Amino acid sequence: MSLSGVFCSYRQEGKDKIIFVTKEDHEASSNAELVEEDPNDPYEEQGLILPGGDINWNCPCLGGMASGPCGTEFKDAFSCFHYSKEEIKGSDFMEQFTAMQQCLQLYPELYPQEDEASPKQSSKDSAAEGPSAANSNPAPEQDSDTSNPNTESSPGS
Amino acid sequence: MLKCRTVWRKLAPLAKSSSTLCRQNVRRAGLNNGRTPVCVPAAHMSSGPVGGGGDNLKYALLVGAVSVGGLVYAVVTMKSDQKRYEQRIEELSTRPQKTSTKPTAAQIQSEPPAVPEDQPAAAPSIEEPSSPAEVEAPKEETAPETTTPPADEPVVEGLPEAAAVPVVQEEPLVSSEPPPAVESVVLAEPAAAEPPASEPPEPQPEVLVESVADSTPVSLKLPAHAPYLLIGGGTASFAAARSIRARDPGAKVLIVTDEPDLPYMRPPLSKELWFSDDPAVTDTLRFKQWNGKERSIYFQPPSFYIRPEDLDGAENGGVAVLNNRKVVYMDVRGNKVKLDDDTEISYDKCLIATGGIPRNLQLIERAGEEVMKRTTLFRKIEDFKSLDKVSRNVKSVTIIGGGFLGSELACALGRRSTESGLEVIQMFPEKGNMGKVLPEYLSNWTTEKVKKEGVKVLTEALVKSVTCKDDQLEIKLKDGRVVTTDHIVAAVGLEPNVDLAKSAGLEVDSDFGGYRVNAELQARSNIWVAGDAACFYDIRLGRRRVEHHDHAVVSGRLAGENMTGASKPYWHQSMFWSDLGPDVGYEAIGIVDSSLPTVGVFAKATAKDTPKAATEMSGTGIRSESETEDTAVSPVASDTPSPAAENKDDFGKGVIFYLRDKVVVGIILWNVFNRMPIARKIIKDGEEHADLNEVAKLFNIHED
Repeated sequence: MSLSGVFCSYRQEGKDKIIFVTKEDHEASSNAELVEEDPNDPYEEQGLILPGGDINWNCPCLGGMASGPCGTEFKDAFSCFHYSKEEIKGSDFMEQFTAMQQCLQLYPELYPQEDEASPKQSSKDSAAEGPSAANSNPAPEQDSDTSNPNTESSPGS
Repeated sequence: MLKCRTVWRKLAPLAKSSSTLCRQNVRRAGLNNGRTPVCVPAAHMSSGPVGGGGDNLKYALLVGAVSVGGLVYAVVTMKSDQKRYEQRIEELSTRPQKTSTKPTAAQIQSEPPAVPEDQPAAAPSIEEPSSPAEVEAPKEETAPETTTPPADEPVVEGLPEAAAVPVVQEEPLVSSEPPPAVESVVLAEPAAAEPPASEPPEPQPEVLVESVADSTPVSLKLPAHAPYLLIGGGTASFAAARSIRARDPGAKVLIVTDEPDLPYMRPPLSKELWFSDDPAVTDTLRFKQWNGKERSIYFQPPSFYIRPEDLDGAENGGVAVLNNRKVVYMDVRGNKVKLDDDTEISYDKCLIATGGIPRNLQLIERAGEEVMKRTTLFRKIEDFKSLDKVSRNVKSVTIIGGGFLGSELACALGRRSTESGLEVIQMFPEKGNMGKVLPEYLSNWTTEKVKKEGVKVLTEALVKSVTCKDDQLEIKLKDGRVVTTDHIVAAVGLEPNVDLAKSAGLEVDSDFGGYRVNAELQARSNIWVAGDAACFYDIRLGRRRVEHHDHAVVSGRLAGENMTGASKPYWHQSMFWSDLGPDVGYEAIGIVDSSLPTVGVFAKATAKDTPKAATEMSGTGIRSESETEDTAVSPVASDTPSPAAENKDDFGKGVIFYLRDKVVVGIILWNVFNRMPIARKIIKDGEEHADLNEVAKLFNIHED
């Protein structure tokens, strides 16, 4: 194996190899080869939106929204919003949204009505299970956050 | 049989003479089938020549009568067997069907008079068109359809007796039908292997009756059928429930657990909860996350769940948790389970997520009650509460075990020792903490850190005996050392719970323990296993069994997906993490076994590279919810490594690769956080890398 740089030190303890590197040692970019990713790999964990354009209700980023007592209402509202082709996205789904809001209000413990946060935000805090949840989907979290607050908070308040 | 015997007795004298005759005939004919040809049907006999004369006539008559008798007997037996078989089949097939009461001359056996009382009560309440309730639903068989609204097809399969199926329709003909409803109900609930003929009249009304409307008295009854039955109420089970609910709209999920609690996360029990400032933490069970926000260890508050009694009637389904019940028997052929109170619940899809129970040292178990009273096996909420109480009331506690749990508890209690003067001792057979996980040099370094947390660490300690003396425990080690302490915490491993393997006929793995399942976590049709109890095939890393929180989440979620038709193998590699005080924290993925050759690439640590710092600076929360708290750490305990002199022995932060046949199968990110996706990618690729230093560059260990 190659030892890059003067500052790098290396020793062997039995079967274990130890290498100390400085910042300079690691400055050059890596020449390690990684296998190319297949974006449509069915085995992989999917983000919020599946390759076909559908919503992945099992996305950890949704927390417990799609599986809780208001799951059906949430799915209806969010689907309508997602597939909405109106210019102001989601302007045609007031009915589903209202139904969802009503359901959410029945479970204040589960869906605390915070002022600035959308219900999804608080559900993320209260419901996420662990590292793999956030681990695999940092990007979709952003999407779901930014896409909803405007539409959800204004009619709701 | 009796018939034959009486006939035989009557014809004995005649038979004797004819038998000798017959034997002679047989011998003559050269055939000898070795049987006395007396009571045998004619077909089996060799064709003996029939001589002339009266004797022969009598003989012929006798044989004819006997053979006819035999034939008649055979036919009658077969017919009744056939009938029994048909009844059984009909009973099996009529179960899935939702119910419409049909008048039937059911020839089913004994109907207990007790049951009819329940039926009319239950039946009229069925008139809920929208609800897929199955009143007195007999245990369901492998019905692919989940609870559909009252089906209008009787689905009786054209068997004469089959009409005994109780099918609930919207029409109120129910009141006139209790008897047949009763009969079929009785029929529909044999215990596992009981032949229908001997069906005992066990009413078991609590099983039969469904809670449909709250107005009826039957609303206190448990569901007799759950489309999705999850055995075990831990992390894997909850993850599966969530997955199922997300993918199957309106799914009805029943979790059966022997614990009194709703599903909760386990890692904080040995970490965050101990660092909480709240004196009421043992009641609230709340802890501070990496982002400063507090949350409960329970995955969801009670309002998330519905009551088991309401499960059937829930229009959009839901998740119900049945506490304090243990599944003791599983009938795979009948697709149902039996609980410890004799309730039977049938299912369409079942998940076994029974986890495990903490192991104990045999010599402690044998040491008697006084020792056992002072020993804690740590796993559940109640163990946390009891150990918390103990640690406030004793002067010395000893932890036996040097793995994850033992070391985390030692550090947690060690932290407490600075305030309360509690003596914390940790002893284990290995040479250093996490000796089976970390390469030796790192394990030694970690042990020093644990000691700095206030723990007295005894390495290479094999316990020889434990006795109770003067209200204290005396632990004698094999090398002669003696330790006196007030309380013991045994953290020596987990025994996977495979109690149901025998009754269910499921395979248990002899190498790793646990139920043996395939890459898609399936044990048999309609049965999946996830979490600590699952020994599964990992396509990348081979067969293994993993006892970590994230694995429970990942495997539970995968099982839930596969239970709803996904057919995906285990692919997304789970990770795990541990924190031992403010200086040592790591995340790991894959097979991390210290017996493998390793390559560690370390950078000089700065004050910024600690779990504490990571929590404060990281903004994306890639690390788990239960990240170490960011509350103030006692200055005594913290110990940033001095950068100057000890370059060689300062393992502040870095990456350690575990190799198997030159392929990286495990990676530890040592005090380096938020880089798990890269590690996961490297394991997934499974490539041979010539220079692991180059691979280490991908992690940017010098950055934050």
